[in-house]
Amino acid sequence: MNRRRISIRQELPLLVWLVFVWGALWQDFSPGNLLFGALIAVVVARLFYLPPVELGGRFSIVRAVPFAIVFLGKVVAASFQVLFLALARGPKVTNAVVAVQLRSHSDLMVTATGHVLSLIPGSLVVEVDRSTSTLYVHGLNVRSGEDIANLRKEVRDAEAALIRIMGTREELAALKEEVGA
Amino acid sequence: MNPEPSAVDTIVDAVSAVFMVVGALMSLGAAIGLLRFPDLMSRMHAATKPQVLGLFLLLASVGLQLRTWWVWPVLFVAWIFQVLTVPVSAHMVGRAGYRTKHLHKELLTTDELEAVVLKAADKKAAAKRAADEDDGPA
Amino acid sequence: MMEIVLTITAVILSLAAAGAIVRIAIGPSLLDRVLASDVLLAIIGAALCIDMAVNRHLNNLMLLVALSIIGFIGSVTVARFVADRREQPNES
Repeated sequence: MNRRRISIRQELPLLVWLVFVWGALWQDFSPGNLLFGALIAVVVARLFYLPPVELGGRFSIVRAVPFAIVFLGKVVAASFQVLFLALARGPKVTNAVVAVQLRSHSDLMVTATGHVLSLIPGSLVVEVDRSTSTLYVHGLNVRSGEDIANLRKEVRDAEAALIRIMGTREELAALKEEVGA
Repeated sequence: MNPEPSAVDTIVDAVSAVFMVVGALMSLGAAIGLLRFPDLMSRMHAATKPQVLGLFLLLASVGLQLRTWWVWPVLFVAWIFQVLTVPVSAHMVGRAGYRTKHLHKELLTTDELEAVVLKAADKKAAAKRAADEDDGPA
Repeated sequence: MMEIVLTITAVILSLAAAGAIVRIAIGPSLLDRVLASDVLLAIIGAALCIDMAVNRHLNNLMLLVALSIIGFIGSVTVARFVADRREQPNES
């Protein structure tokens, strides 16, 4: 089999996550248990080989924590918005499918943006064009051109936030340039 | 778990009670959305978003009621699984729904995917025709 | 207090489950039904959570995780199958 060797550094986030899941499932974070979990994580990662996730090589925890809090707030807002729309507008709600071109071309970034979009108010990814990294977003309660512009801005903002957290340096530089210009 | 209820206990109980009721309301919201929205796509919004918040609130109330720190990682893992899987299944259902024309066009203000899909379908049809013609004479 | 909460949530979840079942019954298409049964699964998960919180145990947790994963695999499989069958019968 033709497998590319993965460096341990690239694999580290996966291993840490697996060990965390192991500890959480045993509900036991004693060193011995974690060590055994790490052993199993390495064996699993070697045995059940998956294509490595191409991480951007940087992760900004300073940006990630506020983003997580804002994200949680948006999830709450999304749920109440859906509840409100279901009660107030019901069958009369109008929607739109909007194409949004993303800045980044990495699969991880497109996937993460899609996930975030699916959970924030009023948007849901219908289709992804991987070659041009375009997301086709279904917007709930979109009535005018203004709403479409808002939706598009929301998508771009979500992507920008994710690039600031874990995008590559090039993407970050491009983003800075765009914001500055 | 403590024999004598303290003030902190009462507050924690109250918070988790509120969480439970709101979490259950989220499920009800999803069901109302399913019943009231006109087409598959908007029903998908109703089915995905309240689920995530509802589960978060209910797991938080479980954590608060158990009053031990070691349950939080498990609850967190359970919630993360939910967060990772719900958008994927919603996307798959939505994609299938769009492709199979379960969409009320009159409810869409704009549709920027339609042209792309039509173009792709044309291309596919042309390729198929070409392939058929190649096969034809042989 | 917990008894009152239990009663309230039981009523709410029963109503929600009834709504989802109605959608399963009338839902014009297969995908509507899949979506509604996904919601029904989530409602059952919510009931398991409330049981754990009220009775202060963790016995249902693995059941909950398994439930959400089964729901995920189920809806993805059905969605994929529907899309393939309708659109391009000669391509896998």
